[in-house]
Amino acid sequence: MMTIAASRLLADGAVCFVGIGLPSEAANLARATHAPECHLIYESGTIGAKPEVLPLSIGDGALAEHADSVVSVPEIFNYWLQAGRVDVGFLGAAQIDRHANINTTVVGSYEDPKVRLPGAGGAPEIAASAKEVVVVLRQKSRAFVQELDFVTSVGYAKGGDSRDRLGYVGSGPKTAITDLGVMTPDPETKELTLTALHPGATAEQAKEATGWDLKVADDVARTDPPTEKELAVLRDLHTRTEAAREQRREA
Amino acid sequence: MVEVESLREAVAELVHDGDEVALEGFTHLIPTAAAHEIVRQEKRDLTLVRMTPDIIYDQMIGAGCAAKLIFSWGGNPGVGSLHRLRDSVEHGHPHPIELEEHSHAGMANRYVAGASGLPFAVMRGYVGTDLPEVTGTISTVTCPFTGEELAAVPALNPDVAVIHAQQADTKGNIMLWGITGIQREAALSAKRVIATVEEVVEEFEPRPFGVVLPSPAVDAVAVEPGGAIPSYAADYYERDNTFYEAWDAVARDRETFGDWMERHVLSTEGFPEYLRSVQAEGYHAGVEETTR
Repeated sequence: MMTIAASRLLADGAVCFVGIGLPSEAANLARATHAPECHLIYESGTIGAKPEVLPLSIGDGALAEHADSVVSVPEIFNYWLQAGRVDVGFLGAAQIDRHANINTTVVGSYEDPKVRLPGAGGAPEIAASAKEVVVVLRQKSRAFVQELDFVTSVGYAKGGDSRDRLGYVGSGPKTAITDLGVMTPDPETKELTLTALHPGATAEQAKEATGWDLKVADDVARTDPPTEKELAVLRDLHTRTEAAREQRREA
Repeated sequence: MVEVESLREAVAELVHDGDEVALEGFTHLIPTAAAHEIVRQEKRDLTLVRMTPDIIYDQMIGAGCAAKLIFSWGGNPGVGSLHRLRDSVEHGHPHPIELEEHSHAGMANRYVAGASGLPFAVMRGYVGTDLPEVTGTISTVTCPFTGEELAAVPALNPDVAVIHAQQADTKGNIMLWGITGIQREAALSAKRVIATVEEVVEEFEPRPFGVVLPSPAVDAVAVEPGGAIPSYAADYYERDNTFYEAWDAVARDRETFGDWMERHVLSTEGFPEYLRSVQAEGYHAGVEETTR
């Protein structure tokens, strides 16, 4: 449901900067359903990538094969992302706070970390410069924290208009999608507020899985259940990906 | 002046203890054979530079080659953590490692500045994050025209850059195609450049999205078929995803890792022997027919 809800946010024709994993799954589902003309950009340098199976990494050969263009990494970040040519960026995270700032660097202190995570990658500039950002991650109180151990990428900074003063071209995370529902920033305070629940999920579950006192909108919407088509396409995408990997294992 | 020589000679001549060394290749064309040769020659106190340290840097760090790591994303792509890197950062094993970490855009721009002969690069980023607090090489600069404050990062000029490409021609030009990542910038920013290639051809054919690195930008070329395994070389062989998955278990345990490196890397003569050694244990199945 998380993947399907995220995929619905990608408008047809949009230029979308895609991270690996769930974001890539969501973007490719969108391309196979309602957004056939979207332009997928992967940070490895592929623009207009059309993978037939889900890539395991951001630089799989499948991404370059049918791409509209393949450019260098500086060109992707400078000419496309920094220059404001990306409509929407999908991001994952290890931790997120109430103002949608995210951490992908360390759990614990920086000097003596409990868990050393991979680090920034492309996330800080996607969060800064994509016109809109969608964060996709599972809802757990360990991930939705009162205070981040490290701010890797900026959402709404300290809330209110504090992001505006940083001089970024993008408008920040518009949506956080979890396995339970959808959160959107309050227009004034920019605090993430639960505005929709997926079928079967409750507001109590969402509050319990959040490390801060989660605000719930007065009229929480229900996410439309997955359509037959969405489920079929997603299954098909998974089957093809698994078959391709199996084929290589046996090769 | 390009010399086609053995990888062993190239690494012995051009990589010294204490050097700043950048092995680049963005998922595609990762110079594994060269990384192994650096491990085999027991180079020490290296400052390793790479946007995406993955298995090769996990191996070099675990083998004790590195004193410092300059990077932007350190993980096993699509699989999880780099356990040797984490052990070094979290527990100081085999010794502590100094980290200098940036974002991808920061690293990319640092190479661009280095390749351009400039002292630093300007970009929009980092403000509001905690990265400037932990990374000394992030600062700000005021635009003299608009007064806007922007992020500044110093140039990277590694002592040695190492890349893997599909082909060299007989004049010593290098050609790579497909996803070419940051290799051109890395090579042009470095003082010395080693390129390993799949093969040497008389003359290049035009290729979609091809990049030619002219011979004046290259110091040594070594022919290492399959030298990017387990990553891939477009039109030569595919990514060995199963190896990335298998690496997780090898690297998780110090002893398993040490034993694995000893058997397959340290006690083999070179990359062809490494491939035979690991294939005997079921890794890189099916690679042979694609590399020859």
